[in-house]
Amino acid sequence: MSAAARAGVLEVVRKTGETGVFFVRVLAACIPALSRPRLIIEQIYNAGARSLIIIMLSGLFTGMVLGLQFYDVLNRFGATEALGTAVALALLKELGPVLTALLFAGRAGTALTSEIGLMRATDQLTAMDVMAVDPMRHVVAPRFLGGLIAVPLLTAVFTVIGLFGAQLIGVQFLGVDHGIFWSQAQSAVALKDVTEGVVKSVVFGAVLSLIAVNEGYHSEPTAEGIGRATTRTVVASSVMTLLLDYVLTAVFL
Amino acid sequence: MRANRSLEIGTGLFVLLGFAALLFLSMQLPANGLKFFLSKPVGYEVTAQFDNIGDLKVGAPVRMAGVRIGQVTRIDFDTNTERAKVWLRINPRFDKIPMDSSASIDTEGLLGGQYIAISPGAMPTYLTNGSQILETQSALVLENLINKFFATEANHSPGSKGGAEKESKQ
Repeated sequence: MSAAARAGVLEVVRKTGETGVFFVRVLAACIPALSRPRLIIEQIYNAGARSLIIIMLSGLFTGMVLGLQFYDVLNRFGATEALGTAVALALLKELGPVLTALLFAGRAGTALTSEIGLMRATDQLTAMDVMAVDPMRHVVAPRFLGGLIAVPLLTAVFTVIGLFGAQLIGVQFLGVDHGIFWSQAQSAVALKDVTEGVVKSVVFGAVLSLIAVNEGYHSEPTAEGIGRATTRTVVASSVMTLLLDYVLTAVFL
Repeated sequence: MRANRSLEIGTGLFVLLGFAALLFLSMQLPANGLKFFLSKPVGYEVTAQFDNIGDLKVGAPVRMAGVRIGQVTRIDFDTNTERAKVWLRINPRFDKIPMDSSASIDTEGLLGGQYIAISPGAMPTYLTNGSQILETQSALVLENLINKFFATEANHSPGSKGGAEKESKQ
């Protein structure tokens, strides 16, 4: 193994350990952070409410393209009535949680990292420490909780909008029967499938928020360092989302 | 203070929207998802009784000559006749369906759901709100058909005596 590869592996292991230790610190700070709900509400607004437009637009078009693609495939077997089943399960179990997570990493995760990174670079975190204000409790934990709460809600919105997008294409334009579309979707979806989607979105919410605040908190306090930390957030979030998605799917099946 | 208010309202709206979406999903995508957006149901309602409705669901279409004319609004079990009772809401445009029309439960495509097909009769009186379609045909349950097929197949095989008897009975 070359020296560079060894250093790379070592860096991944170190990063994993750093994130793990930071996770415990964040969790410990979460309980006292609950005593200041206003800070958390602010973060839910930043991470959730302000991501709503991009999530709804993406959900609509994802549903629409799913409607088109599944219609095309099902049409070859003369089974276009199963469109509702296919779209509902695909959105609920996979595309809803995963695409929302990826969009969240790009839209809100980067903002978290660069915000905390800039606080670090301009010594705001140190100043808080000096004033006996715990930055973990006042900066990091509310952002983590905000992301954790926002992602499952965003996922649910994405999935529902996607369903209506698919119904728009399938029923209004391609002529699948309205009643068949919904009754097929309903008969195929069990509570277990809904649970799978919700559990995935909660896990994604926790992991992505953790990665974002960790990268920001441990970023190099320079302009370049913040840029690199933001990039790492997106890369790590995307890879972890897809990796965890596979693991969680395997567990649920 | 003003900025605070709009932040609270924005967060509140987002959380409510999110929970509404979760509720929608966890009610397992209610049949006729868009029902509550549509205005009052239009058309007239007729009933039909079936021995077996198979996999028919509320929201399934009612078709005549392949054209959608209405949908199933309710399914219940009639304890008097011990048959399944199905309510069909028919679009008011199709108000000239003969009284003696028959209803059957067909399957759409290979994997599709089931729907009600109405074949028109010849009487000069027409179905109106509350009338009942008397002539009905149950759903074809594929498993029963296969069982029947194998039963007769076994009887036809050489050497089996029972087959001939059954054949003559029919």
